[in-house]
Amino acid sequence: MKYTTPAGETVIDRQRVVGQPTTRVDGPLKVTGHAPYAYERHDVAANQAYGYIVPSAIAKGRVRSMDLAEAKAQPGVITILTTTEVDELPLGMGHTVPLFGGSQIRFYHQALALVVAETFEQARAAAKLVRVDYERTPGNHDFHALAPDAPLVEGSDGPDVSKVGDFEAAYASAPVTIDVTYETPHESHAMMEPHASIAAWEGEKLSLWTSNQMIAWSKQAVAKMLDLDPANVRLDSPFLGGGFGAKLFVRVDAVAAALAAKKAGRPVKVMLDRPLVFNNTTHRSATIQRLRFGAERDGRLTAISHECTSGNLAGQEGENGIAQTRLLYAGANRYTAQRIARLDLPEANAMRAPGETAGLMALEGAMDELAEKLGMDPVELRIVNDTQVDPETPNRPYSSRMMVECLRRGAEAFGWDKRNTTPGGWREGRWLIGHGMAVGFRNSVQMKSAARVRLSGNGKLTVETDMTDIGTGSYTILAQTAAEMLGLPLEDITVTLGDSDMPASCGSGGQWGAQNSTSGVYAACVKLREDIAERFAMDPNAAEFADGEIRAGGESRKLTEATASGEIVAEDSVEYDDLSQKYQQSTFAGHFVEIAVDAYTGETYVRRMLAACAAGRILNPISARSQVIGAMTMGVGGALTEELAVDTRFGFFVNHDLAGYEVPVHADIPHQEVIFLDELDAIASPMKAKGVGELGLCGVGAAVANALYNATGVRVREYPLTLDKYLDKLPAV
Amino acid sequence: MKPFSYERVSSPAEAAAAAARARGAKFIAGGTNLLDLMKLEIETPHHLVDVTGTGLDTITETDEGGLRIGALVSNTALASDERVKRDYAVLSRAIVAGASGQLRNKATTGGNLLQRTRCPYFYDTNQACNKRKPGSGCAAKEGVSRQLGIVGVSDACIATYPGDMAVALRVLDAVVETVKADGTTRAIPLGEFHRLWGDTPHIETVLEPDEMITAVTLPKPLGGTHIYHKVRDRRSYAFALVSVAAVLDAEGKGRVAIGGIAPRPWRVESADAALPDVKAAARALTQEASPTDQNAFKIALVERTLAGVMAKARGEAA
Repeated sequence: MKYTTPAGETVIDRQRVVGQPTTRVDGPLKVTGHAPYAYERHDVAANQAYGYIVPSAIAKGRVRSMDLAEAKAQPGVITILTTTEVDELPLGMGHTVPLFGGSQIRFYHQALALVVAETFEQARAAAKLVRVDYERTPGNHDFHALAPDAPLVEGSDGPDVSKVGDFEAAYASAPVTIDVTYETPHESHAMMEPHASIAAWEGEKLSLWTSNQMIAWSKQAVAKMLDLDPANVRLDSPFLGGGFGAKLFVRVDAVAAALAAKKAGRPVKVMLDRPLVFNNTTHRSATIQRLRFGAERDGRLTAISHECTSGNLAGQEGENGIAQTRLLYAGANRYTAQRIARLDLPEANAMRAPGETAGLMALEGAMDELAEKLGMDPVELRIVNDTQVDPETPNRPYSSRMMVECLRRGAEAFGWDKRNTTPGGWREGRWLIGHGMAVGFRNSVQMKSAARVRLSGNGKLTVETDMTDIGTGSYTILAQTAAEMLGLPLEDITVTLGDSDMPASCGSGGQWGAQNSTSGVYAACVKLREDIAERFAMDPNAAEFADGEIRAGGESRKLTEATASGEIVAEDSVEYDDLSQKYQQSTFAGHFVEIAVDAYTGETYVRRMLAACAAGRILNPISARSQVIGAMTMGVGGALTEELAVDTRFGFFVNHDLAGYEVPVHADIPHQEVIFLDELDAIASPMKAKGVGELGLCGVGAAVANALYNATGVRVREYPLTLDKYLDKLPAV
Repeated sequence: MKPFSYERVSSPAEAAAAAARARGAKFIAGGTNLLDLMKLEIETPHHLVDVTGTGLDTITETDEGGLRIGALVSNTALASDERVKRDYAVLSRAIVAGASGQLRNKATTGGNLLQRTRCPYFYDTNQACNKRKPGSGCAAKEGVSRQLGIVGVSDACIATYPGDMAVALRVLDAVVETVKADGTTRAIPLGEFHRLWGDTPHIETVLEPDEMITAVTLPKPLGGTHIYHKVRDRRSYAFALVSVAAVLDAEGKGRVAIGGIAPRPWRVESADAALPDVKAAARALTQEASPTDQNAFKIALVERTLAGVMAKARGEAA
């Protein structure tokens, strides 16, 4: 299905199944422990051996030699794969540096060897006995030292600078200006399930049971890295214990398992130790962001400048904190630029809502500061700067944009008008109470996505696609889509995901998964409906599918009649043309937060939070809400506690476990409310849905920081907002 | 994890004897810290003596009107004991401020006293650490040190004792009872149990290798208001930046001990004497401080947390 023009009324608009609050179809499997995750797939290949990674103890340099004698002599050891015995692997999709091979060391905890043994414990014990002789090289590990001289990011069209109008002149003549700099730290995905893979060879054919968000990309990447025909690579990843972008691209667990399985002559399984999740895989880069605004006294922005510096290893961009600033608010004179410091730290890469998460933590803090300077309600400041077109390209309208409605609806439900507008002015006992808000913004992305549907002789339907469910609810919304299209009860639909032998979907990432994967299933179901209708000489456009029947022209036939002679298979994809060039497609939220700060100790807790979201059709209010509250929780972590602490001498993230890298616990998040606005966006997808999985994170950090200011009168521009940064500015005790 | 041998014993005397027989042996009870450290090969005992069968899992009343807490009483059982909740509430509150429900079910009274520091450089075996590898240096001092100690630390080590329970025990003047392989017993005041690091940060307590904790005794109840305030970055499952255990009367006089800042629960006589003067007490507690740039905030945090605790003791709104 080529999606070139916005859909009119469709079967989905009935919303008998789609849009209904259906609980997760895979829920029982998960709560009974029967959902198979990568590392525990004991049944997929016999005789699995255990691999354990030997990580580099230095951040930069090279391996002079490795002494394996003692490790090899340990009980149970089958083989040891070392980095020096293979050439540097080619870069797979998304990689900045090779995952394995060669003697060069580019980051701490880089995999230098894989010890393979009969048991996990044997492999781990032997791995500690691999002696590595290092040649150390000094590295650039200090982002703050390098940032002032960081060069502009070079894009394919030159430096990443955008100028509209004359920012400098408008800023110089604006009656109200601010010039502030915010900092966000390095952050880790810290998903529950570490990266894990089981690899098995049958001749030249490689099977990988793994935990991966993007099956089609990753299949190609594995083929490239290992010099295999893609037809000989199979990935299977039906369940993931979270990803947040850490599993968009193949990591070393998969390739080390594959290489070691070949060497050992038997299947090998590898899971990354928790510390390796922090230092061996990817993270969100720290940023330093300078924002300058010029505004009229009525709040209208006349000059907007946002400059963001982030860091990464050479060869890859960093954190694009300016992306949303090019789109979010009106303003005739604009300047945005991105700089990148070249760091010898682990690879920075996409983490949930890359760009906007960090960018909005700065932009929406700065907007709060401007509102204060103007003496304006922060909500009203956003509203007067609304735009319905791309402000850099005004002939490009938004497909739909309900920012103002999100703010008004959210403010009302939250009781924003009851807040105290004098910073530090609301005290309950020892607690300073504060309220803050921010706009949430995240783009909606169109991606090709394919699916196959099989209607079997018993009238039950199977959906097959390599789409992944990373905890998001893909199984459920794909089943709902198929059920709606074929008029079948949900329990008659089986969804099979994550297998690279199945049609290539959009995968899970960038909050593009739901709208595109359901649209792919929608397209396949349209084809299936046509096939069935033709068998009964019915008009497929006039036919209604309901209660296991097809009905048209007063006639009604059971679907099982159509499949009497065998199953009917239909496959199709959704593909897009230029709708995303013609229209800016984005999702919006109003985030509202109430916090309490202990006036004595500075301990800060969120008391309640609310998000009002506009994200097109909400395919399932339960799973969408779960996505948003999970994202809001992640936003609180980013605001208050999460930071990868860098040892700038040795170049590594020091707090590389879940005791040191503090994500929120249940007690940190007392009450969350999510409101979805009614919105259908037929430009965004045939389902009229947009993404929602990352929207809930975007803006939360700033809302918390703004609430901290409102509670205490202390403006903290350096995340996370730990108490050491404002303790000395709290009221005397 | 290195291979090790394992035996179960059924009495404290047997346990001490078993430890004396096997050099480098460790006692294991809940294993909530030791097993993690063994997996990382930070602890590499050749022999484990499982003491969970020694029957030291009861809380009994002493002739002096206090309580004797068996070394194997779990954190959960201790925190929820009616006598403890009534007469030693600071202890109950300190325990539930630590770890998680699952860990408290496994962790024991004796084991908790021996839990090792959470300094990240101690946990990363690639890094220099005098505590883990004597003489290798201290990577923490010039490194990431926000969580680490400000008083009682040394050039060799700036780690903290990380626990909560012991901070309350310190304020209660608890005594640790032990037995050795030769049958001798000792009663060690908690204030003398944990050593300051000095030049030997790998030696953390005054226990001898074959000496086993059998009980912790509490003197008769102190009365007063019992408060434990643990300041941390998130609301649960995090180690203290600073914690305050306090037993105070209505005028704010009494005693305080501080956690999260030193190699041991930090109690200073002159600080107790200065109460209810918060500033003077805080000054007494931190006057010897030698913080890093990253953890200097703990000095102010001690004073502010103490002020908050005093306000609570005075009955000001929570």
